Amino acid sequence: MNILLIAIGGFLGAITRYFIANKFPPIKGTFPSATFFVNLTGSFLLGFLMGIMPPSKWTLFLGIGFLGSYTTFSTFKVELIRQFQEKKWKPALAYMLLSYFGGILLAFLGFLSGQNL
Amino acid sequence: MNYLAVGIGGMAGSVIRYMISLGTMNVGTAAFPYGTFIANMLGCLILGLLTGLNEQKKIIPKPIMIGLGTGMIGSLTTFSTFGVETVRLYEASSIYMAGIYVLLSAGIGLLLAGGGFYLGQKRSGKEVTNG
Repeated sequence: MNILLIAIGGFLGAITRYFIANKFPPIKGTFPSATFFVNLTGSFLLGFLMGIMPPSKWTLFLGIGFLGSYTTFSTFKVELIRQFQEKKWKPALAYMLLSYFGGILLAFLGFLSGQNL
Repeated sequence: MNYLAVGIGGMAGSVIRYMISLGTMNVGTAAFPYGTFIANMLGCLILGLLTGLNEQKKIIPKPIMIGLGTGMIGSLTTFSTFGVETVRLYEASSIYMAGIYVLLSAGIGLLLAGGGFYLGQKRSGKEVTNG
């Protein structure tokens, strides 16, 4: 049952990420805006989910399944490699720092807003 | 069709990630999130490899690349859990542990994605010269 909840969430999360990737082309061809968008919004939402309720079936479906698949780490890294390969150092540095700082900060803010709601 | 491939891949990726988390739950003593770390590092290597393989010549057909790369490996790895775990690690342990988790994920992930890409690209180049 747990596995099924995660699988359905993962199915929907991956599709949503792919849909957004098709809608947002990289800004000026160098900044991977789609991955950036899903990773930051997903971090906030997962923090929020963790703050608003104790672990439950929703955590499996929405947290581990949907938001886990909606966000991605591997694509983020491969996009950085691509930026390095094309010697786009400044966009690469911006992408890296904004993703880490933004993602962790938003996870924290999401958690706080969930707790205080 | 592409959406279905991504969805099925996403299903597999998220379940494998959950299995890895369950399997590593009792590893080590600290609150270090081994499960997500392993899933993320493994995914960086495989996605780097897949991307490199398709660099010179499209060795992997597009639907498979989308299902496997975007769907399965994209979902095997996660950024949201990484962010939340970093915050948790800071609260449960210390800012140093949280910093170590971020630096290890960032550094090793980049090395593995780059290494995989390099290896794949070499293979892809051979396919081109061999016809």
